[in-house]
Amino acid sequence: MNTSNHYDVAIIGAGMSGLAAGIRLAHFGKKVCIFERHNAVGGLNSFYSLGGRKFDVGLHALTNFVRPGVKGTPLTKLLRQLRIDRAEFALCEQKQSRVAFGPGGETSLRFTNDFSVFESEIAAQFPVQIDGFRRLVTKIRAFDDVSLDATPVSARTVVREHITDPLLEDMLFCPVMYYGSAQEHDMEFGQFVIMFKALFLEGFARPLDGVRVILRVLLDKYRQAGGERRMKCGVTKIVAHAGRASALVLDSGEEITATHVISSIGAPETERLIASATGKPPLTPGRLSFVETITILNRQPAELGWGRDTIVFFNDSPRFDYVCPDEPVDVRSGVICIPNNFDYGPDLNLAEGIFRVTCLARYDRWAPLPEADYQAAKRAWFATVQRSARRFVPRLTDDALAEATLTTDMFTPRTITKFTGHMGGAIYGAPVKHRQGRTELENVYLCGTDQGFLGIIGAMLSGISMANYHILQKG
Amino acid sequence: MTKEECKKIVLDIIADIAPDEDLSNVKPEVRLRDQLQLDSMDFLDIVMELRKRHSIEVPEADYQQLASLDSCAEYLTPKFLALAAKG
Repeated sequence: MNTSNHYDVAIIGAGMSGLAAGIRLAHFGKKVCIFERHNAVGGLNSFYSLGGRKFDVGLHALTNFVRPGVKGTPLTKLLRQLRIDRAEFALCEQKQSRVAFGPGGETSLRFTNDFSVFESEIAAQFPVQIDGFRRLVTKIRAFDDVSLDATPVSARTVVREHITDPLLEDMLFCPVMYYGSAQEHDMEFGQFVIMFKALFLEGFARPLDGVRVILRVLLDKYRQAGGERRMKCGVTKIVAHAGRASALVLDSGEEITATHVISSIGAPETERLIASATGKPPLTPGRLSFVETITILNRQPAELGWGRDTIVFFNDSPRFDYVCPDEPVDVRSGVICIPNNFDYGPDLNLAEGIFRVTCLARYDRWAPLPEADYQAAKRAWFATVQRSARRFVPRLTDDALAEATLTTDMFTPRTITKFTGHMGGAIYGAPVKHRQGRTELENVYLCGTDQGFLGIIGAMLSGISMANYHILQKG
Repeated sequence: MTKEECKKIVLDIIADIAPDEDLSNVKPEVRLRDQLQLDSMDFLDIVMELRKRHSIEVPEADYQQLASLDSCAEYLTPKFLALAAKG
């Protein structure tokens, strides 16, 4: 079958994982096409323009940052596998981040890209726990987190073997869960290890111009390697025959064929495209979704006293509750990101100040609202989210903030589903991961959130691993 | 194709795969893994680049033949010669 409508590999979705898989496959001579329904690449880590400004979605910080010379970590593996020179990402390190707990952020643990800062903060504030914490870190360092066939164990159980103070336990889980858990209350220990390393043992960085720098590098590599891409052209159906995908039906109605199909759109979403009836109950999509408020300031946040923290993970409750809320938004905990507070070098910074806040949200409270109610809910929740988060950064009067605010925007679970197609606005996919990326069809593989390597670097490594494991290693 | 040329080909591939490694003092008799930080993903890439650039096939059972530069040369040189004779 050597027609123009046949590909060695068809990739569904031009997010980080799909692009990374595409680069590997095209580099090694496969005829590849990526099909993307949206008009922009990036998927869950993308950007949009509004009123002449570019807003990042997804990316607060690129996790897994290590300095040049540190080898064998996910960032280095990724750069090698995609033949990217690390200078192309132009990464700038965070200044400092914090985990702040209590109604006024009474307990606060600072961390930077130097792990000893976090360790000494814990030693100072939880002296009884520090030995246990060190044992936990030793275990984490030694854990094989890239194994594709590890037995799942509860992270809460493992952490409690070493940490007996529930406050510290929750303060460790809060950042790790917010940056990658698709599971409520607990996570699989392997996932916890991946995220703990990514956040604390490695660190945060970003390019000055944000996620679009990374996307541009990926697109250039993909194009240079000879990969094809069709935008505004999703896949509506995977036609199955004898346990294999025999054709893909596109939004345009066209049909194409491919020897292999890699789907980055999620496990339940992929299952929905497969037309065959297996009689098995359908896969459950994730329930964890988020809102994010974005405030654009007419000055650098430092001028408002907000110049120190890059990221703040906050929680005001006795126990940290990582769960899909009953209400549209749960403002008791969340994440603040001030992208101006990366170290971009002398006299270099973003032109405007940016203050972003992310909180847990419930998709089905947002999805059915008529447009006017939806807009009203966004306005009301914007104010509530921002008020909650401001308790954890230096005090600023409402008037001072209003005076510094140029414009605001907000995305909700509904926005996420509209632009990414992920069911239920589930940023981190379904709670059950498919490490080997297998589906009910032997030539259809998953990559991305539901394969289970998380974060931006994880997403790219997911695409790389699945391309290697299922296609390139087999010749 | 001499064994030295063959080693050069392998080193050129490693230089592209792992530009962050210093290759100026690679000892040909010592296992590559013991002097450079190369993991299984990197070794897969050496095999795949050999195929892509030079049409040399290394079956999975023979991967251990690529352990050091010397063993690479022993194993790959005849393959290069056979290919040249055919072509």
